[in-house]
Amino acid sequence: MNNSAMSTVELDVNGKRKAVVVRHADTLLDVLRVKLGLTGAKPGCGNGDCGACAVLVDDEPMHSCHMLAVEAAGKRVTTIEGLQGTALQQAFVDHWAVQCGYCTSGMIVASHGLLLRHPNPDEATVNEWLSSNLCRCTGYEEIKQAVLSVARSVGQAGGTTP
Amino acid sequence: MIPFDFEYCKPATVGEALKTFRDLQAAGKRVCYYGGGTEFISLARLGSVTTAAVIDLKGIPECLTLSENDQHVLIGAAASLTQIAEYRAYPLLSDHCRRIADHTSRNRITIGGNLAGVIEYREAVLPLLVSDAQVVVARGEGMETVSIHDIFKGTLLIGAGEFIIQLLVPRSEANLPYVSLKKTRHSKVDYPLVSIAASKKDGRIRLAVSGVCRYPFRYPPLEDEVNAANRSPLERAERAAARLPEPAVNDAFGSRDYRLFLLRHAIADTIRQLEGA
Repeated sequence: MNNSAMSTVELDVNGKRKAVVVRHADTLLDVLRVKLGLTGAKPGCGNGDCGACAVLVDDEPMHSCHMLAVEAAGKRVTTIEGLQGTALQQAFVDHWAVQCGYCTSGMIVASHGLLLRHPNPDEATVNEWLSSNLCRCTGYEEIKQAVLSVARSVGQAGGTTP
Repeated sequence: MIPFDFEYCKPATVGEALKTFRDLQAAGKRVCYYGGGTEFISLARLGSVTTAAVIDLKGIPECLTLSENDQHVLIGAAASLTQIAEYRAYPLLSDHCRRIADHTSRNRITIGGNLAGVIEYREAVLPLLVSDAQVVVARGEGMETVSIHDIFKGTLLIGAGEFIIQLLVPRSEANLPYVSLKKTRHSKVDYPLVSIAASKKDGRIRLAVSGVCRYPFRYPPLEDEVNAANRSPLERAERAAARLPEPAVNDAFGSRDYRLFLLRHAIADTIRQLEGA
């Protein structure tokens, strides 16, 4: 389907190909949540400020509320649902890096992107990357320790996968 | 949710983009060019902008380039601020882009969008003003190259249907001693109360400022005071801060006096760093 306001786009979400009819005006967040049922990315500010909606697009964190779904055609989208069972998910549990949980999916997604790019980040790099994600419970220290623990364990194992 | 529909076009060439704009406009449609889309989506969601069509410039290779030739560092207008921050062929621009917005937002915001946006700070322009950059503009049936000083006077002076393709930074300007400095109200991720990009060439400091007035500027009378001989850095900074192109902004983010206080000390720090370089 392709008319002036809508198109059928092929999305690669968490390794699965999906053909989705989207309004050109639909954000990626809208499509993930409403059309694909992937509700892990959270609507927060709707303005690219809070990071609750973060997903990876070709391994780079993006605010999915600030990207049109039609722009994601041909790109790899990874949501929190695609990161189940990762060391990072477990580290958030182990470090009590979750309070109300609303920011958690965005935090884990952004941190996953960070560790893909910087497998052994220093604190300044973690701070810079996670400055994009707000936690109103203010559990930032636990979140940072969770991320750094995965970096350390990956470094000790000589691997690169978070 | 964006409460209106629009066409989405993604041309692969400059000529195709210009023609698409003309054709849509001739059909009576409101059209806008689209880069990272962050400002557009924010404003469209609120109903502050509407359009019948967007033309996404990220399909045009020239708009995405980050490269160098014999004379220039070439920065594509659709390159993201993150890409520019990591490219480092013009370190002042890289460092200055790295302080705009937050990391994830920088993955989306393009330098062309930062220059053309309605948010007044437009900090990415400061290193371009300091380096006397050239701007390649899609215009008419093709492209023109113009000085940044002719196309940016507080805001981008660009006609309907035109868009920036590339920014050209002279290689002779790209690796000079520099200072990139930003003062915000209370957080690293915030709009600036004072943002300064400066470099030093042939013993003279060149300096551009955002956050203080309603628009970014490089202002020769201020720059002359910065370079005045036989005065201390703070004296020069105080005289420079008194030579603004218009009164400093006075609002809830920072009073006029506070902005001027920060500006004086930021200029003095800039002088000290560059004269020690």
